[in-house]
Amino acid sequence: MSNDFRTCPDTGFKIHLPADKLIKWNAVTAIVFLLIGGIFGLLVALTRWPAVHILPPDLFYLALTAHGLDVLLVWVIFFEIALLYFTSAVLLNARLVGPKLGWLAYVLMLGGALMTNVAVLRGDSSVMFTSYVPMQAAPDFYLGIILFAVGALIGCGLFFATIIVAKKERTYEGSIPLVTFGALTAAIIAVFTILAGAAILVPTLFWSMGLIAHIDTLMYKVVWWAMGHSSQQINVAAHIAVWYAIAAILFGAKPLSEKVSRFAFLLYILFLQLASAHHLLVEPGLSSEYKIFNTSYALYLAVLASMIHGLTVPGAVEAAQRKKGFNKGLFEWLRKAPWGNPVFSGFAMSVVFFGFLGGISGVMMGTEQLNIIIHNTIYVPGHFHATVVTGTTLAFMALSYWLVPTLWQKELFLPGIAKWQPYLFGIGMALVSTFMMGAGTLGVPRRHWDISFADAAMGFDFPAAAYLMMGLNGISAIVAALGAMIFIINMVGTLLLGKDKVPAAAAPEEPVAPAAPPASAATSYGSAGTMEVPGTFVLALIFLVSFILYYFVNWKYLASVWGLS
Amino acid sequence: MADPGTGAPPPETGGDTGEPIPFMQQLLDNPLLLLFIGVVSPTVLYILWGLMEIVAIPMAQ
Ligand code: HEM
Ligand SMILES: [Cu+2]
Repeated sequence: MSNDFRTCPDTGFKIHLPADKLIKWNAVTAIVFLLIGGIFGLLVALTRWPAVHILPPDLFYLALTAHGLDVLLVWVIFFEIALLYFTSAVLLNARLVGPKLGWLAYVLMLGGALMTNVAVLRGDSSVMFTSYVPMQAAPDFYLGIILFAVGALIGCGLFFATIIVAKKERTYEGSIPLVTFGALTAAIIAVFTILAGAAILVPTLFWSMGLIAHIDTLMYKVVWWAMGHSSQQINVAAHIAVWYAIAAILFGAKPLSEKVSRFAFLLYILFLQLASAHHLLVEPGLSSEYKIFNTSYALYLAVLASMIHGLTVPGAVEAAQRKKGFNKGLFEWLRKAPWGNPVFSGFAMSVVFFGFLGGISGVMMGTEQLNIIIHNTIYVPGHFHATVVTGTTLAFMALSYWLVPTLWQKELFLPGIAKWQPYLFGIGMALVSTFMMGAGTLGVPRRHWDISFADAAMGFDFPAAAYLMMGLNGISAIVAALGAMIFIINMVGTLLLGKDKVPAAAAPEEPVAPAAPPASAATSYGSAGTMEVPGTFVLALIFLVSFILYYFVNWKYLASVWGLS
Repeated sequence: MADPGTGAPPPETGGDTGEPIPFMQQLLDNPLLLLFIGVVSPTVLYILWGLMEIVAIPMAQ
């Protein structure tokens, strides 16, 4: 049994070889689908740039469906399965329970993803990823997603089994480390997500096969969003776990208070999924009590949790940096951080953009009254590209810069360009978000092939500023897509062409991930033992002021939309 | 590992001191209980409540 393990020379992790292999394959498959999905995303953005308008309408909706599917579902979830294996088996020094089932999960997910992609590319299933009934796709579209979900559910099961068996086999002491706890939160939300998905997609599959006559559209939306929204909350929990992991790996940072952070994850488990109702805010047929309970009272507790993480993650970094002597003024700890290391720069931008762009806009649009200002406009994709792209995707990229060379024991293929990649992708994508939100505020609809309404019976003239925003969005999308391509080339290149790692100290060039301090901060339970993080508190104040201002500006704007006098 | 007092910088190890484990810690250390709560709470408050409201909408004549 013991020869099933190897010890990682960089981190001292005891790595279970079957887990190692599964992590690699899931992560690489994820990255390949990011490539496919990213290309579709670029095509969509170039179509929505009125002066370019690259795809005809049928291909536009095909590409939009493929984009949503390949990035939101396939890229993110394959990577998360890799993360679940990593945070359980590797961080707990344990064996992964049931590696054979892990391969079954992998095959189901890959097969399902391919099946759905084929259905979409055939052109008869351009229903977009929400696949709202009564729009109907071919049966294999739904079946592929169902197989994919079954695979993911097996992966979650292995995660639970691994942490329970690890406890029995005493591979760790006391409570699981915070990073693993964050992954546990993600896995719990994932189980709910997948069960809800089965509850809605299985009947829809039967309906598309002609076995069921009718599916109520509103019921579909309620149950579909239990999956659609919650799947985004898997991402939030997972990328916050990644934030804590990166803080631990780069700085040896321990959370300011393990208890407070774990409590914040508990708030996610309890409340985050209820916010699914924010997708139904304009549906007639559901009461205001239902909408407001689920999107306000409950959601704000989850928002509180996010703000706790937003405070304690940079706080942990600040505490660790100050301990190392970066004590001058409020921000020396931040100025002297390794900005040229893609692990750090990706992480830092992920925290900032997720909070400022994604978080603030999300609370605004989740407010029942304000939602109507932007409902179904391109503001919505603007918001979620901030959360799921600059938040989740960028955090996953940052972690990959550490994980891939470490697990493979390879030098990064293009270390020089890797320093720039997070900035290209992160800033490009932040601009995409901002311009989409700007255009959405001017009323530009989402999922719309032609905002000039060239041959429509009833036209509408958007202001010139809306066209400008959509053009700037297209340009930013090119920058972001370039950033994504560089990441993918670098990762796949590292795998195929990367040189074997020379023992850490002998490397001539400044290594991209500095010889990791003992990774113990990621693998153990415990707090930093200090609350003296003045810089972080100043940043938090700036955040709160921006938040409040933006929120109230939108109430003011609402008043002008409805013209109360 | 009891309450706040353990603020010492070195990592706390779970020494078996025989003290009762606080309720919150027991909850947070029980993944299957957390899983149960995390699945039941949105199923009831979001899905079932929502579906019941839809079922209660009167049919058009
Ligand atoms: C190169 C990077 C990317 C670009 C240029 C891009 C661009 C776009 C554009 C222009 C839209 C269409 C908005 C509309 O017309 O309604 C869109 C939709 C979408 N994007 Fe992206 N995106 C990128 C990456 C991602 C990533 C990494 C994710 C998820 C992890 C993502 C998730 C989505 C989703 C879920 C939709 C909605 C699809 C639908 O409405 O059915 N995107 N994206
Ligand atoms: Cu949502």
